[in-house]
Amino acid sequence: MVSNRTGQIKSRDIIIFSTMRNERIRLPYFLEYYRNMGVNHFIIVDNDSDDGSREYMAEQPDVSIWVSANSYKTARFGTDWLNWLLMKYGHGHWALTVDVDEFLVFPFSDTRSLRALTDWLDASSIPSFSAMLLDMYPKGRIDATPYNEGQDPFEIAAWFDSGNYTITKNKRYSNLWVQGGPRARIFFTDNPERAPAMNKIPLVKWHRKYTYVSSTHMLLPRGLNKVYEEWGGEKASGCLLHAKFLDTFGAKAKEELARGQHYANSHEYKAYHDAMEDDPDLWCKWSEKYINWRQLEILGLMSKGNWA
Amino acid sequence: MNRSGSVGVVMLVHEALNRASQVARYWAENGCPVVVHVDLQVRQNDYQEFVDGLSDLPNLVLCNRHRCEWGRWSLVQASQTASERMLKTFPDVGHVLLASGSCLPLRPVQELVEYLKDRPRTDFIESTTTNDVPWTAGGLDSERFTLRFPFSWKRHRRSFDRYVRLQRKLGYKRAIPLGLVPHLGSQWWCLTRQTLSAILEDPKRKVYDRYFRRVWIPDESYYQTLARLYSTKIESRSLTLAKFDYQGKPHTFYDDHLQLLRRSDCFVARKIWPHADRLYQAFLSDDASKLKHAEPNPGKIDRVFAKAIERRTSGRAGMYMHSRFPVEGREKGVTASGYSVFQGYAELFEDFAPWLAKTTGAKVHGHLFSPCKVEFQRGESVYSGGLSDSAKIRDYNPKAFLTNLIWNARGEHQCFQFGPNDTQSLNWFIANDPNAHIWVITGAWIVPLFHSNMNFSEIRKKSARLQRIENEHMKVLGSPYVKARIKILTIAQFVETPMEHLQTIIDGIGPRKMRTLSEVPKMVDLTGFGKFLQNLKNQGMHPHLMDDFPASDHNAPVPPKPSKPYLVRE
Repeated sequence: MVSNRTGQIKSRDIIIFSTMRNERIRLPYFLEYYRNMGVNHFIIVDNDSDDGSREYMAEQPDVSIWVSANSYKTARFGTDWLNWLLMKYGHGHWALTVDVDEFLVFPFSDTRSLRALTDWLDASSIPSFSAMLLDMYPKGRIDATPYNEGQDPFEIAAWFDSGNYTITKNKRYSNLWVQGGPRARIFFTDNPERAPAMNKIPLVKWHRKYTYVSSTHMLLPRGLNKVYEEWGGEKASGCLLHAKFLDTFGAKAKEELARGQHYANSHEYKAYHDAMEDDPDLWCKWSEKYINWRQLEILGLMSKGNWA
Repeated sequence: MNRSGSVGVVMLVHEALNRASQVARYWAENGCPVVVHVDLQVRQNDYQEFVDGLSDLPNLVLCNRHRCEWGRWSLVQASQTASERMLKTFPDVGHVLLASGSCLPLRPVQELVEYLKDRPRTDFIESTTTNDVPWTAGGLDSERFTLRFPFSWKRHRRSFDRYVRLQRKLGYKRAIPLGLVPHLGSQWWCLTRQTLSAILEDPKRKVYDRYFRRVWIPDESYYQTLARLYSTKIESRSLTLAKFDYQGKPHTFYDDHLQLLRRSDCFVARKIWPHADRLYQAFLSDDASKLKHAEPNPGKIDRVFAKAIERRTSGRAGMYMHSRFPVEGREKGVTASGYSVFQGYAELFEDFAPWLAKTTGAKVHGHLFSPCKVEFQRGESVYSGGLSDSAKIRDYNPKAFLTNLIWNARGEHQCFQFGPNDTQSLNWFIANDPNAHIWVITGAWIVPLFHSNMNFSEIRKKSARLQRIENEHMKVLGSPYVKARIKILTIAQFVETPMEHLQTIIDGIGPRKMRTLSEVPKMVDLTGFGKFLQNLKNQGMHPHLMDDFPASDHNAPVPPKPSKPYLVRE
């Protein structure tokens, strides 16, 4: 434990829960983005950073940090840490569980704060809110434009795949399994079943009985995973813009590969590494340039549902 | 203070006290007497702060407090208590407006005052009989008045539901007091002193109150029913703009609704999100110069919210996403728009795809379901939306592949070739899709074999297999359950009048305006084809999907490119 400011948390505060490892350059914009959105407190697990991330975060007035030198893998990809912190500090709060490269966009997020959304969810008795992970990437080599501290990453990684997502229902946990986007399109053409999951349920009115099962892809109890409508209509949902594919990616992939800490022997990182060696360009002529949430709504990547 | 205060405001407050205080002050300072009822559940400290903050206003009073619960009698009690206080304390008041703490006046108070002064005998209260309201949530409309509801819907939902079921089963029905005709409507009304006092001073009020105490959501029916007994003129509409979603919960207004609310010309709106700073700032800065004297016109807002409800209940057809994944049969359209499947055409014409694209303007792909690779138009390796040409990705979820393709196309008509060489996994799906238009020339798959350099025995084997596959597919298309538009011709039938059939296709795909063939695709050379089929037959294979193709060549129709195109009329 480095700094615990959880005493400041007020009963109606919205809290971010996140893990990080050597993300120093990303942190200023991450904090700015979510502070502007109306997040009141950040609870961070630092996984043994040595690039100053921890020190930087410890200075922030609205951040509480826990430090773990344990392996990411043994702690089931960080989920266990987060579940423990969620149980301890999340109970009764709207908790947003995101990585530092994930940026939530929800209906009206350009004109309404996150509090407007959570108030509406409360009034509608909706306990969990889904957001599909949307991989964003630059046009051209991903290492062509360096990312600067504090910069909006989507000035560089402004593009995304708009319509190549596949969905299957996971009967066991009643959640949807969404795959697709540039990673599936480029890295998993021969084994699409191994493409990473894009479905996420990052925003939950937390109760100490709840638990994330695998990253934020699904929760228990299963009812929380029913963030989709099965009778034809649309429930309100958002997107998590994923700022993974910046010039920082190469180094990160190498590091993760060396550490071998990720899911299933890091096959994912290995696939990226191999493909990115020759031609690190995810862009294609059908790539869509990001404008705003309304665009994502029109494209069918998120929905207003009945929020108007 | 001016003396125009002929409108009194009864305000029911239970949360966001700072906003309620702000609005109450606004009404009072603009000459409208205010009586505030604060829910007994509000904490004493907060209540005291609220009271202190308004203590400087001589025309604002607080009435006795009740513990209020949504959907229950206590809400009516609160309004009764406050209304009685209003009529007693402010004898000048002509109309009484019932408002909540999250209501916001949208027009200068003076406008409301004048509007009501011009209509001194009119009661504004939405009041319709249960037969006329489609909007009651939960299926309880007339039963609101004939069953008992002792259990709280919010706190004891199970008991509530169980008790309703029990009463239904037993056929229990309460008697409605003589002379009352149940009416329903928005709980936000504006009544004249005459009507309101008649309701509150009615000698039979005890009887009525006892009855409504057990009615479901009485605040939507108590005044709405009783006003019918006394009012000389009811305008069955509310002066308060309040929209409800499909579950009966009020829609909330935010800062980004500012223009919409301005243009609505409604007097009061609810409910306003307490943090909508811009709305409070904009509408509570009274500017009398902006008087408009317009009739309220909530039409545009109505449409916005109606669309929201539709999106929640129906959704966009053919779109699948992480918050819309309909079970089979509930899609309301499995694909987003029309598309065409061509079987056998590319085999029979040398340049069918480019010709079709040119003639119709549609996107014409090759064999999208070819086992090796998705043959997008012009051999593109990625297509609209980022669809990959990897057959493995497509076959991982073929349904998603097709629905994505059609959804991504945004109304651009997609065409693709299909045949027995392709993966057949979507045959039922497409056959059941009313958006699909399937054009088949059976047996045409054999033409490439006819032109091939394969050994005859191989051709025979391969044809037998392909014929079996196409036959299975035709069985699907022949099923009485299919919903696609299907046109099946044998190759023999087709070559008899090819132009006629091509024209039908063009008309089927094209936009409304009639297009005629100015250019036709070139049919492959079928010289010797009849003989070829005869040879297959002689070797024991029966190529039945080709129908009776003439065996001698002089009958085989090989249409020369006509100098003047055919005109086919229907």
